[in-house]
Amino acid sequence: MTAADDTSPLARRELALVDLLDRLLAGGVVIAGDVTLRIADVDLVRIDLKALISSVGPRVPSPWPAPEEDG
Amino acid sequence: MSDLLYVYAVARAPVQGVPASIEGVGGAPVRPVAGDGLIAVVSDVRAEDFEEAPLRKHLEDLDWLSGTARAHESVVRAVSDVMGVVPLRLATVCRGESGVRRMLDDGYDRFTANLDRLEGHVEWGVKLYATVQEEPEKEPAVEAPSSGRDYLRRRLRSRQSRERNWAQADALARRLHTELAGHAEAQRLHRPQSGELARADGVNVLNAAFLVRRAGSEAFVGLVERLTPQEPGIRVEVTGPWAPYSFADLSDPREGRVGA
Repeated sequence: MTAADDTSPLARRELALVDLLDRLLAGGVVIAGDVTLRIADVDLVRIDLKALISSVGPRVPSPWPAPEEDG
Repeated sequence: MSDLLYVYAVARAPVQGVPASIEGVGGAPVRPVAGDGLIAVVSDVRAEDFEEAPLRKHLEDLDWLSGTARAHESVVRAVSDVMGVVPLRLATVCRGESGVRRMLDDGYDRFTANLDRLEGHVEWGVKLYATVQEEPEKEPAVEAPSSGRDYLRRRLRSRQSRERNWAQADALARRLHTELAGHAEAQRLHRPQSGELARADGVNVLNAAFLVRRAGSEAFVGLVERLTPQEPGIRVEVTGPWAPYSFADLSDPREGRVGA
């Protein structure tokens, strides 16, 4: 199996939730201040949903250093 | 004033057109709120959903999270198709338009630094999956070990073979990542995906995002396909183009540069 060969990724519109959450929970600008929810709360959410969302599995530790801006 | 506004993204004024037909979270219409030189793309949300306590609860509800994330993404995508935007993190909620304007003013330098950097760019996701055989091929398990020592030797061999395969997958992932990073403006590593949501063939060993000029997208995707290792058990998946979520970093404009 190789890279998407039958469906061009450029044309593919269906977004996997897991890819979406990688970006929306770890990316995007974080505002502190006049908002109801802050980064710390979102990080809590990540912990609560760890079983469902991206995390490093016990069998395969990440070979990559954690991104520095991602606490 | 307790009306809550969900903020999706920030762009430069003047508004070049927030498509009137876009629906945001909860189906509410999306509109711009103008500050000094910047606009925020917002929609009204209900306090009973987005005050801190109910929001915390909602965020643990996968269906709610999924619907909100998809609405967020579709608004950001629609807006980023017509102008440069800085996407905000999921569930950024301000109190009233005055709260939105305060956010724009307080974050002015950070927002403009990111708009400068991200203008004309999109994000591509590249994931590499590896499948490693759990047992060595040539030793059927039915053949019982002849002794305790034989058993241990087999276990060791099996483990060494697995480790070799993982090391190989790791090396392929690193090489792919390094080469792609050389053709991108910036890169960022996400944690490898696992768990129920990430059901896929193989184990995700690379989960990377690359910041690429919009005009260079096709070339970048072609490059991924050319660089995809032609090895058994290796699979590469490309997602995108995304708005540059993984590169919207506003902690400090002077240190806000991500990647090399």
